[in-house]
Amino acid sequence: MSLTLERGQTLVVFGPNGAGKTTLLRVLATLLRPHRGTVEVLGSPLPADGWRVRGRLGLLGHEPMLYRDLTAHENLAYHARLHGVDEERVGELLAALALRERRAEPLRALSRGTVQRVAVARAVLHRPELLLLDEPYSNLDPAAAALVEPLIGRSARVTRVLCSHDIGAALGEADVVLGLRGGHVALLAPAGATSQREIAELFR
Amino acid sequence: MRRSVAALLRKDLRVELRTLAVLPGMVLFSISIFVLMHFALNRSSVEGDLAAGILWVALLFAALLGANRLFVADADQGGFDGFLLAPVPRSALLVAKVTTMLAFLAAVEVVAVPAFALLLLAPPLWPGLGWLVLVLALGDVGVALIVTLVAALAVRTRARDLFGPLIALPLLLPIVIGGARASSPLLSFGHVSTPAARWLAMLTLYDLILGLIAFALFDFLLEE
Amino acid sequence: MGSTPTVGKSARLQGVATIALMALSLALVFFYAPLEAEQGFLQKIFYVHVPLAIISLVAFVLAGLLAVQYLRTRDAVWDMRAWVMIDLALAFAVAALVCGSIWAKGSWGHWWVWNEPTLVSFLIVILFYAVYRPLRAAVEDRERQAAYASVYAIVGAVFVPLNFLAVRFSSAYLHPRVLGASSQLPGPMALTFLVCLAADALLFATMFRYEMSLRRLRAMVRALRRRREAARAAAALTEQRRSAA
Repeated sequence: MSLTLERGQTLVVFGPNGAGKTTLLRVLATLLRPHRGTVEVLGSPLPADGWRVRGRLGLLGHEPMLYRDLTAHENLAYHARLHGVDEERVGELLAALALRERRAEPLRALSRGTVQRVAVARAVLHRPELLLLDEPYSNLDPAAAALVEPLIGRSARVTRVLCSHDIGAALGEADVVLGLRGGHVALLAPAGATSQREIAELFR
Repeated sequence: MRRSVAALLRKDLRVELRTLAVLPGMVLFSISIFVLMHFALNRSSVEGDLAAGILWVALLFAALLGANRLFVADADQGGFDGFLLAPVPRSALLVAKVTTMLAFLAAVEVVAVPAFALLLLAPPLWPGLGWLVLVLALGDVGVALIVTLVAALAVRTRARDLFGPLIALPLLLPIVIGGARASSPLLSFGHVSTPAARWLAMLTLYDLILGLIAFALFDFLLEE
Repeated sequence: MGSTPTVGKSARLQGVATIALMALSLALVFFYAPLEAEQGFLQKIFYVHVPLAIISLVAFVLAGLLAVQYLRTRDAVWDMRAWVMIDLALAFAVAALVCGSIWAKGSWGHWWVWNEPTLVSFLIVILFYAVYRPLRAAVEDRERQAAYASVYAIVGAVFVPLNFLAVRFSSAYLHPRVLGASSQLPGPMALTFLVCLAADALLFATMFRYEMSLRRLRAMVRALRRRREAARAAAALTEQRRSAA
């Protein structure tokens, strides 16, 4: 595929399970090496200059990437230290995501939705320029989704690559739509040029 | 680099303190081995080569046990990815894990060596203790390096608990050779001589070379 | 994957040369090399044991270099070469160990002796590399498998010489150094030894070449099969779309 995403735009990736959405995200996140072709993220070609962009990406994957035995605060503080971010930012995010009351409980005691919120905090802790989101709204009830939206939603005004199963909602956020199927591109178009029905075809 | 190593260490030690998954097991295991040896060898007191052998074997097995758990939390809870995404040098993880392992080994030895003196050692421990600490320290560095490198390799394979010890044991042999030969005169009766310099030199050299290759190769084990 | 692997003319020529040289070396061993004073006929096993040992050790170190090349280029051919080299080196090492054991039985009356450092070192090296295959089998992802195997091969390449030094160091009774003895060998023995060494090296190289060809051909067949599957799946997809429209 050949695709360019401008700053501030949102790319939404659709496709059935196993189509390669997660793989694509992981390649962009510099976690996987591309076999063929070129990838440039934030101006740096991968995999050679991947190290340059690492601190400027935010990945929210299937796994929350958090330690279950540590508390929300400890997890975020650890990531803050790794990224060289002030501790205040941790407090800021905990408050923004309504996690303050539960910040001293180990994650294994929290519900999946709450853990997902902590994962969102982890992903945006270092104010990344590019967000890579793998089904971010799964496990979130509407209230939680509303809390999370200003950080990773359209109003965050950050360049985003978003994988989703919710065609209707995601389509509303997209600037560019990419449909994957069996590891190949089935659809690539600006958001206006495609419809919900066309995308639903992919999932058949 | 130092900042990231510190962050990793804090996280690991905090997880360990909260779960106590590794350290108590290592300590108990080493003491169990002493008891086992008493029955297996049918000896109530040992000295010299036999004492050195039992001590080093017990420490090695405790290390292998601990190593199995070293990366497990990271591998199972997605911690590797979290680290890989941070703008820090990959070798910080190696340094942090080796340091953690060293700390664990030191903690085990603080309990296990006196326990050994109590349970099995015939000659007094005190005269040779200073040198023994040095020999243990040199050996521990090598053990920690090997065991960390191997654990990083084994943790993402099937049957990870099996591969760790299998791969580590041949690599650990030179350390056993140097460590046991150096410790033997320290655990014997009579005037305690200093350990032969050749064994200390061998341990140091081996440690250095191990450190170099571990540093060079660790990154490749983390990538996908 | 580079040039097509062949079992063509030059490979066959090499095979013939190998057989010829091996035959020559055996002839020299049995008919040309003089009987040694102390050990008599048994000593002749030296001509089998030592070259096998030397070649396997060199091969292990070489495999480490091949693995380095893989990590630098990420070209799977290097990883395959390292794999084949280790497999063959392991086979040669086991053969060397068996010969050494036979020699020990003949010389000292035991099938195993701890005071022959070479024998002990080989046992350790074999134990180490015996894990190579199971390790590869335990990692499913092809790239990670190759990366891990390469790390393993490099660690092994560094470990092998160190291990030899360490065991030798620790050996209480230093036996007459067999490997160093070649410089003191009288003419005919030295010649026989060198011919055996060359023959075994050629044998290794030929086995390496054939094995590489075999594996590369297999890999090509697999790749072709995969491409055929993908083409079939794509065709089925277009057919489905066309019928749905």
